[in-house]
Amino acid sequence: MSLDAPFKDPFFRDESFFGDYSYRNSPHAVKRFPFPFPEDDYMYSVNMEPHVKGRPGSVFEHYFDVDEHYVSEMRDRARVLEQDPLRCQSLPHMTLAGWDLLELIMEKFAEDYPHWFSLTKDGNRWHWINRPLGIDQKFTFLDESTLPYGPFEYITRQAQGDFTLQDQREDNLWIEAGMVTSQADWSLDFDIGMNFHEWHAPVPLAHQMGIFDRALKFLLALQYGAPVRRFNWTMTVDPLLDTSPENYPKWGPSKTTMTPETIGQRQHLRVELQTLIRLPRSNAICFPIRCYLISLDDLVTQPKWARRFHRVIRGLPDELATYKGFIRNKPMILEYLARFDDGAPTSPGWWPED
Amino acid sequence: MSQTQADDVMKSRPLYGRLVPKQGSYHFIVADGEGGEAVASLLNAAPDMKPRAHIIYIPGANGTDLTGMVSGLGARVFHPAPSYASASQRINKVLGDAHMGLQLYAAGTEGLIGQVQRDAMAAGLPHDALTTEQRGSLARRVQCVHCKGITENVTLDPFVCAHCGLNLFVRDHYSRRLAAFQGVCIDAEDPGEVPPSEERFK
Ligand code: HEM
Repeated sequence: MSLDAPFKDPFFRDESFFGDYSYRNSPHAVKRFPFPFPEDDYMYSVNMEPHVKGRPGSVFEHYFDVDEHYVSEMRDRARVLEQDPLRCQSLPHMTLAGWDLLELIMEKFAEDYPHWFSLTKDGNRWHWINRPLGIDQKFTFLDESTLPYGPFEYITRQAQGDFTLQDQREDNLWIEAGMVTSQADWSLDFDIGMNFHEWHAPVPLAHQMGIFDRALKFLLALQYGAPVRRFNWTMTVDPLLDTSPENYPKWGPSKTTMTPETIGQRQHLRVELQTLIRLPRSNAICFPIRCYLISLDDLVTQPKWARRFHRVIRGLPDELATYKGFIRNKPMILEYLARFDDGAPTSPGWWPED
Repeated sequence: MSQTQADDVMKSRPLYGRLVPKQGSYHFIVADGEGGEAVASLLNAAPDMKPRAHIIYIPGANGTDLTGMVSGLGARVFHPAPSYASASQRINKVLGDAHMGLQLYAAGTEGLIGQVQRDAMAAGLPHDALTTEQRGSLARRVQCVHCKGITENVTLDPFVCAHCGLNLFVRDHYSRRLAAFQGVCIDAEDPGEVPPSEERFK
């Protein structure tokens, strides 16, 4: 597969998520940013809703959202994998789930974005075309030897967001495959093989609130064809997708160099749109974790978001700000946001202009 | 010396029981440090196990060495080993050769129990074939999330990674696959600002 001739479609931005950080959101991308707060305060909850198609133009318009950052994000993923191959792992019994996911992504991409992707099938002989990445691949479905990578790695090198696959047995979910290069500070290499409560162990408060017990119960009964979604969020300095614990000594110091002058461009709200999808053959649950980044300067262009985000951060318990890793900059963030909060009421829901 | 109580209940951390005799055709027992006492209680409670018992005993990193006592318990096979690493090939061979009816027992530090558990899982032993009892030191095995090296018998928090030398704090996050807790750099944001170490896992 070749990433040598990308950006032929000017829709896709040529930008970087490290080094000179040339990542930017276009005005269109700002408008459609998935702002995750429907209310003026935030606490953990079992926040899951059906993953159904939403407003045209929004990130919910399609099953998987392919946006202007697609090609650059895939290039960043290839870079991270080259530096650290352990970011993609799949235990041997997860191969079938990998095929399930490959089929799902190819079918949905081709259906939702026919100008960029196409899939033709002749029995098990499939032909996949990914125009933005310059890929033209004929292969045999369920025959690993006909692809340059295992099915899971092959397809997740072509889809934005991290992906994990959970096997279901003993009334639990086991994280047994993952492509994880844009994570909010957790390690696939450490977590692989754990069950639902084990991998969530470091999260504060939520266990005592019973959130993980209820969420697991819900997921064990998740039906094929009825996916659900939820948001998670945190804060990241500079538009760095790869905030891995492995590399924390490299990116951690960036939190100390922000100033009131640079905070608007450097501090980003990091939103994860997470979907939970039952897969047909393997009965595994697939968990795409799609990461969206927006600078504070861009966020405050939407007056409702600016007011609300100020209130959310102001009311957030310190335990959560510490766990999410921005406690040291919380005062500076509040100072910045306060200027955009006149105290006016905000309307319910996350859409900017409703 | 009584059973060790875990200081806190953590979701990714296994809970341990007591070594009690189980029905089996062969009894494979791995212990370190104070775990030797649990082995003694086990065999004294069920002396008929002795002709079918194989014990591997490793002195504790805290200095507790019950080799003499355990070797005198009358097991069919007794093997003293200086460390888990030195015994691991032998352990894996016995687990790999295991027939139906093998009962596995692990007693001592969490690090030892975790490694036996990990090796038993890898060998495909049914999980009800393993009985565990935590005794003695609360020292932890900790994997550095940065260099991936494992430091054995960590009692201090923070501590220095034995492999890459970073200053790590011990996160309450435990992997059964690695039989290790997670260690994360404590002074990444402010290099050199390391709080004084405390003896948290004695
Ligand atoms: C089955 C797929 C899921 C996977 C693989 C997954 C994985 C993770 C991981 C790796 C973390 C970070 C833990 C750490 O600090 O090391 C996390 C955090 C969290 N997860 Fe999940 N999770 C899943 C589903 C869910 C669901 C359904 C909920 C619903 C309530 C949930 C709620 C949370 C919360 C509240 C946090 C803390 C996030 C924060 O404050 O930033 N997770 N999850």
